[in-house]
Amino acid sequence: MMHSLKQIFPRHDLIAFAILAAILAIVFPLTMDIFRLNLVGKYLTYAFVALGLVLCWGYGGILSLGQGIFFGLGGYCMAMFLKLEASSPENTAIQSTPGIPDFMDWNQLTELPWFWEPFHSLPFTLFAVIAVPTVFAFFIGVAMFKRRVGGVYFAIITQAIAAILTILIIGQQGFTGGVNGITDLRTFLGWDIRTDSAKYLLYFVNLVLLFICLVIAQCVRKNKLGRILVAMRVREERVRFSGYDVSNFKIFVFCLGALFSALGGAMFTLQVGFMSPTFVGIVPSIEMVILCAVGGRLSILGAIYGALLVNFAKTSFSETFPELWLFAMGALFISVVLFFPNGLASLYQEYVLPWIKARFKPRVKTKPEAKVESKAKPQPELSEATDDSANLPAGARYEN
Amino acid sequence: MKIRSGIKTKVTGLLKKLALPLAISLAANPLAQADEVNSTGLAVTEDTVKVGILHSVTGTMAISETGSVQAEKLAIEQINAMGGVLGRKIEYVQEDGASDWPTFAEKSKKLLVNDKVAAVFGCWTSASRKAVLPVFEQYNGMLYYPTFYEGLEQSPNVIYTGQEATQQILAGIDWVVKNKGAKKFFLLGSDYIWPRTSNKIARKHIQKLGLKVVGEEYYPLGHTQFNSVINKIKLKKPDVIYAIVVGGSNVAFYKQLKAAGIDMTKEKPLVLTISVTEDEILGIGGENIEGAYAAMKYFQSIENQNNESFVSAFKKRWGDDIVIGDVTQAAYLGPWLWKAAVEKAGSFDIDKVRAASPGIELTTAPEGYVRIHENHHLWSKTRIGHAQADGQYDIVYETKELMEPNPFPKGYQ
Repeated sequence: MMHSLKQIFPRHDLIAFAILAAILAIVFPLTMDIFRLNLVGKYLTYAFVALGLVLCWGYGGILSLGQGIFFGLGGYCMAMFLKLEASSPENTAIQSTPGIPDFMDWNQLTELPWFWEPFHSLPFTLFAVIAVPTVFAFFIGVAMFKRRVGGVYFAIITQAIAAILTILIIGQQGFTGGVNGITDLRTFLGWDIRTDSAKYLLYFVNLVLLFICLVIAQCVRKNKLGRILVAMRVREERVRFSGYDVSNFKIFVFCLGALFSALGGAMFTLQVGFMSPTFVGIVPSIEMVILCAVGGRLSILGAIYGALLVNFAKTSFSETFPELWLFAMGALFISVVLFFPNGLASLYQEYVLPWIKARFKPRVKTKPEAKVESKAKPQPELSEATDDSANLPAGARYEN
Repeated sequence: MKIRSGIKTKVTGLLKKLALPLAISLAANPLAQADEVNSTGLAVTEDTVKVGILHSVTGTMAISETGSVQAEKLAIEQINAMGGVLGRKIEYVQEDGASDWPTFAEKSKKLLVNDKVAAVFGCWTSASRKAVLPVFEQYNGMLYYPTFYEGLEQSPNVIYTGQEATQQILAGIDWVVKNKGAKKFFLLGSDYIWPRTSNKIARKHIQKLGLKVVGEEYYPLGHTQFNSVINKIKLKKPDVIYAIVVGGSNVAFYKQLKAAGIDMTKEKPLVLTISVTEDEILGIGGENIEGAYAAMKYFQSIENQNNESFVSAFKKRWGDDIVIGDVTQAAYLGPWLWKAAVEKAGSFDIDKVRAASPGIELTTAPEGYVRIHENHHLWSKTRIGHAQADGQYDIVYETKELMEPNPFPKGYQ
């Protein structure tokens, strides 16, 4: 029943996790100033979304073009809490109604709307960060998957929902801050989140959360659940005929992706200090799919590297060529798709993994079952992937 | 357990290999500290001073913000040609806000923290300003913000070189009431904070004058179907359509207004706008907006010595077919105001520049004369322009006195 730790974390996966952890937790903090590190922290919040997409899209075959919805919902829940804290009557004495967020005052609201009230409480906020997006994803999932809406139709509907949510947020500016978003967030339970030390701490909190999500994702993909997801992607009908309720699995993985995104959104708000509808709409949602595609949509670690690479490139290109950087980004995407159709993860699979395996050969030799494995070329570790590579183009091998 | 220790050694080995290429050296360049003019570590050397330009040069706002970038660069080049500021040439670091408010925040932080610029000229939309404001306040930077905007703000770290809402609105409404006998107004705008706040001020002012607002409507940014509101306007028969439509929506609005048979040159009703500069007319087409009135502080057609040399220098630098709108001129003021403040303070230090700013005058401003108020906004005249088919405005009125900036107008909130 229970998979042993070793099955969930085969040796070379552990190494890959350790490399990532070392880069993020040791190399970056030691080599970067706090400004750059804070930027990395911001990039990593997108990695949460990309990670969710690997599970939904890469594994489950559910392409969601609306992950910004959940990123935004998580971010807004956190922003509402922080904004209320920043809008104490002393801080807002200049307004016609002190004690309410500044944008409400500009929009002639004279009291706090009822749905803002509970966000005075931190436990409720934390609960809302997790529950609101997940429950929303659950409803979307039930409405879509139970009716067997999938593929392109699902992608279009998620896109539409993202557009609707943006319009709603912008239109109801008295309640949401409109186009400006919720800005000027200062403290978290009295702790100033704008200081350098707070940024260091938030970076590591972000990292810990990211690794928790990574471990959850690893468990999903190494479990039976992961295999069912892959099976669903490849031959949905066959899974259904085998007696599985496909829609429940889809709903689950979609909710999980939403939950990851929401955590990313909340951490984004904490680290960047504001939230705006520009993270909710169609364009950011598609950007998140690009992160996932660049990293390798079948690789949970690839998603992290993808998010880092794309955003590093974005920052450095736009700093170097402020007027032409979009072309450089375009070139990056085209070349990744052209040369590494399976993203950065294929680099790892083709070059790094064989190297790691070679290094570990002497050890492996002592174990009888490993001999069989070492005969095969660069082959993925579990039978799960072999099954499906029979049905899929070569790319499907690149799962890690 | 064995495995783990094995991994450890491998990982440390790996780390050593990874650390070298990954170690991006971001060491701050050792700047020559010119203490007497720079006690806070800004990027000032013996012969240069660094400033930032932060506008959108990509994305939907690029079309509006490009003029500001050009104006700021022109001003910096002219200042350098005159010998710079405190004997130092200005170098600018340009960053792209990409029409995306979080990017503005990120880039402003980069300019202040990494580049240690002495001032930033930038932002256009209120949303981008709101996004960078906490950054400027936290790291104590100085922002010169060029756009006319809704007011309700007064930051010690911003000099607002455009007009705030009351300056633009009150003079315009007074003028149509006095000269055109307007009694009924129809307020119309794009749906976000600037049009809403501006219309609120306009409504209060109209009511104070004992006149009537017969309708108030808002449409989302980018909206292009104005037929229903045009029908409403026809039904309500206002004397003035007070329009604060922004961006691309303008094109649809004025074309549909004309197509619906409302001839603006007949002034029945009259169209008064505070959101259409010469830049927008390029998109709308002069023939579609001919006859409308606009209330703002600057038009390209202002006749004075300053403006003539500004317009010709601008065209010489950026091309003959270019037009110059209100915000472009306000952006041009930024570097000059900053130079004057630095020279008055005798230092680049932000706190000293801030303290020196109120009272700074600019007699060379293309719009004529401006002065910085205690509240960091500019005293300036408001003018009424009459749109011509060639895309320029004829100036039909200008306030006698400078209008006092009043970002928190009592009785208008």
